Amino acid sequence: MVSSQDQGEPSLLSVRGLTKLFGTFAACDGIDLDIAPGEIHALLGENGAGKSTLVKMLFGVLQPSSGQILWQGKPVSISSPGQARDLGIGMVFQHFSLFEALTVGENIALSLDPKISLSKISEEAASLSKAYGLPLDPKMHVADLSVGERQRIEIVRALLQNPKLIILDEPTSVLTPQEADRLFETLFKLKAEGRSVLYISHRLDEVQRICDRATVLRHGKVTGVCDPRQETPASLARMMVGSDVAAVHREDLGTPGEVLLDVKSMSFAPRTPFAVSLKNVSMSVRAGEVLAIAGVAGNGQGELFDVLSGEYPVADHDAIKIRGTSVGRTRINGRRLLGAGFVPEERHGHAAVSQMSLSDNLLLARAHSDRKAFLAGGLGKVIRHGAVKAATARICQVMDVRKSGEDPTAGSLSGGNLQKFIVGRELDRQPSVLVVNQPTWGVDAGAASRIRQALIDLAKSGSAVVVISQDLDEIFEVATSIAVISEGRLSDAYPAGTLSLERIGLLMGGIHDSTQHASHAGEAADAH
Amino acid sequence: MRIELERRARASTAFAAISPLLALVLTLFFGGLMFWLMGKDPVATLYTFFIEPLFDVWSLHELVIKAAPLILIAVGLAICFRSNNWNIGAEGQFTMGAITGSILPVLMPEWHSAALLPAMLIMGMLGGALYAGIPALLKTRFNTNEILTSLMLVYIAQLFLDWLVRGPWRDPQGYNFPKTISFAPEAILPELLDSGRAHWAAVFAIVAAIALWFMMRFMLKGFEVSVLGQAERAGRFAGFSSKKMVWFALMLSGALAGLAGISEVSGSIGHLQPSISPGYGFTAIIVAFLGRLNPIGIIASGLVLALTYLGGEAAQLSIGISDKISRVFQGLLLFFVLSCDTLILYRIRLVFSGSKTEAGA
Repeated sequence: MVSSQDQGEPSLLSVRGLTKLFGTFAACDGIDLDIAPGEIHALLGENGAGKSTLVKMLFGVLQPSSGQILWQGKPVSISSPGQARDLGIGMVFQHFSLFEALTVGENIALSLDPKISLSKISEEAASLSKAYGLPLDPKMHVADLSVGERQRIEIVRALLQNPKLIILDEPTSVLTPQEADRLFETLFKLKAEGRSVLYISHRLDEVQRICDRATVLRHGKVTGVCDPRQETPASLARMMVGSDVAAVHREDLGTPGEVLLDVKSMSFAPRTPFAVSLKNVSMSVRAGEVLAIAGVAGNGQGELFDVLSGEYPVADHDAIKIRGTSVGRTRINGRRLLGAGFVPEERHGHAAVSQMSLSDNLLLARAHSDRKAFLAGGLGKVIRHGAVKAATARICQVMDVRKSGEDPTAGSLSGGNLQKFIVGRELDRQPSVLVVNQPTWGVDAGAASRIRQALIDLAKSGSAVVVISQDLDEIFEVATSIAVISEGRLSDAYPAGTLSLERIGLLMGGIHDSTQHASHAGEAADAH
Repeated sequence: MRIELERRARASTAFAAISPLLALVLTLFFGGLMFWLMGKDPVATLYTFFIEPLFDVWSLHELVIKAAPLILIAVGLAICFRSNNWNIGAEGQFTMGAITGSILPVLMPEWHSAALLPAMLIMGMLGGALYAGIPALLKTRFNTNEILTSLMLVYIAQLFLDWLVRGPWRDPQGYNFPKTISFAPEAILPELLDSGRAHWAAVFAIVAAIALWFMMRFMLKGFEVSVLGQAERAGRFAGFSSKKMVWFALMLSGALAGLAGISEVSGSIGHLQPSISPGYGFTAIIVAFLGRLNPIGIIASGLVLALTYLGGEAAQLSIGISDKISRVFQGLLLFFVLSCDTLILYRIRLVFSGSKTEAGA
């Protein structure tokens, strides 16, 4: 480990033995952290490693249970965000707190001294945003802005306080690559001015690209301090996950068997004004195959899942066949009875009810397909809570779901652990067809690798798997064949070995030139 | 100094348990304060209001008579609210149930049969259920807001009853009073005990509460209610239909309100008249929330709210204040129940520093 203290330079912010207990659970356990002036410091860690808790203590949102925070060498106790700002700490949260109905200037003014006039703030914000390459029009309404522009408001709002340290919580998770590049330029400008940045992320490539030093957390403890540029992604991941991230193991899956999922020229009209219509979609997935569907977000992936799952049936009964049976008009539980399983993209409120226990969430997906095991009393349909709880425990064990009690609420689990449960809930019944939308979205590296391996193993055991994903690395890891969805149209499927990244990129935009034009126009407007 | 609500890491089980009690204590305190401002002795008045009725066999019977419709309606509403359907029109379904249930005894006074009473009760339930089906239809077909439609239907039902008892159904020998003929003895819901007037509606209420408690706790249907109430999209993923749930929840609560209506008319009044309810359908909303939308809790909260009716009558008689005071108590109680429920998810923090307004998350 590289010690951070041998630079001689006094740290801007030091943290010594900082601990935060929730009950008996230590979210942060004796954390040491040093941030030098003018450095971009990465805070790396899996979901649930304690990054957010640590940052909340630095910003005065949470109070530490024990330990010390030193600001420019002096011990301080930060009891509120206001106090953190007075010290010179600014924070940009992952989830913005903006009023959509107000203008950019008004939103910024709300967080500042009420005595300063709105026009002065707008002026300052405009000049500041220009200086840092974050173009913003103070008169625009927030509702009309893109996510990237909204983030700029948060950053400008933090910069107006003239902070010495800016904390960014997963800033690129909501940005397009171009927007992210622009953000990085801004961060370098801040660094050049001698400001420090604490950059929270679990994207290793970004951290290597822009950060001077990284502190890695795991299970609430510091597992390493390093210069990310000296490390390889694998060594960084090792510090994050504790062991080498299991490389997903995919031997030849053998020759594919019979067609288990067959979709023939299926079309589906948009349900809402913002939905994408599916146009003439065809695909067929055989036993032992993993068909990955690539595409840029918002090109019909959600709609495709809705239709494949039967949450929204299609009019043409023969357009979709599961194991040879027409299911176009069959609803989700009928399709489950044929051996299909489904994992939606959105964990909270779609795949799971956050306020309900894990066992209730197991029942959510399987009450009908496993009614012999889980229900008693004939038509009365009395729930056999004992059997459901036992199955929940089994799934948690198989998928290594880390949880805080016997049967906690779904909302209390970290994203990765809940996703492992949601995937495990389907795998537990060995579905012959599995349709997964964004299986590892916002999931830490360890959980992601476990989920991907499980998908491959399922295919190997003779099931047909459809993975809808925007993550090309994931797609190349799991897919035996790849198709691309664009504007609601699905390309032919190609064997995974024959497709290059460039080719997929072409398919994503190539089917329809209008997509590209639209996005270029959007960018131009963006830049004013 | 300012007061901040800070979200708790998880729902507080302690406050979930004591919140209704806390609300009761606050209601009593502010009720006493109100009496004191009116120049009455707060302790003595509260005693007359809430304690005295409990020491008299007659008023205990009255308590049960008033609690029964409240509980019957409230358990239905609890299921409805849990499924995220907001039936505010139970008063109308109560009235409509009373009307449809009274069709047989009013129009066929000559029919004397043991089947009469069960037929009346079933028709009352049907009437309430169908009347609640109107907002269900409007919601599922036209996406209208059931809060508004169910509430507006209350006034239609009440005016319809008013027209019936003044017009076509008026008792010809009734000296022009707006009432129907008195029901035949076979159409009267029997009393439970010899000691007083309490009748079978109380049994219906307890049975309904226990049955619905069992459904919510142990049956897939109850699970469906909770899932669709908390996350409609997840309900669809589970294969549950939110449209069918709208129909189920509204018609179930309508049927129970209709049963309460015909039971009240048949058991307590004995004929139809323009006013058959002191606002049971609205008070039951308070009962449902005070009972934490839990059917067993609702039995207790139904008794508490019934006591405010009795206390209002007692206060009118012995202290000489308007019986509108019971409405004031009910309002106070609802206000404090909802406020105290906030403490389950939030804690109150007093911030003394003069720091600036926070805009951060």
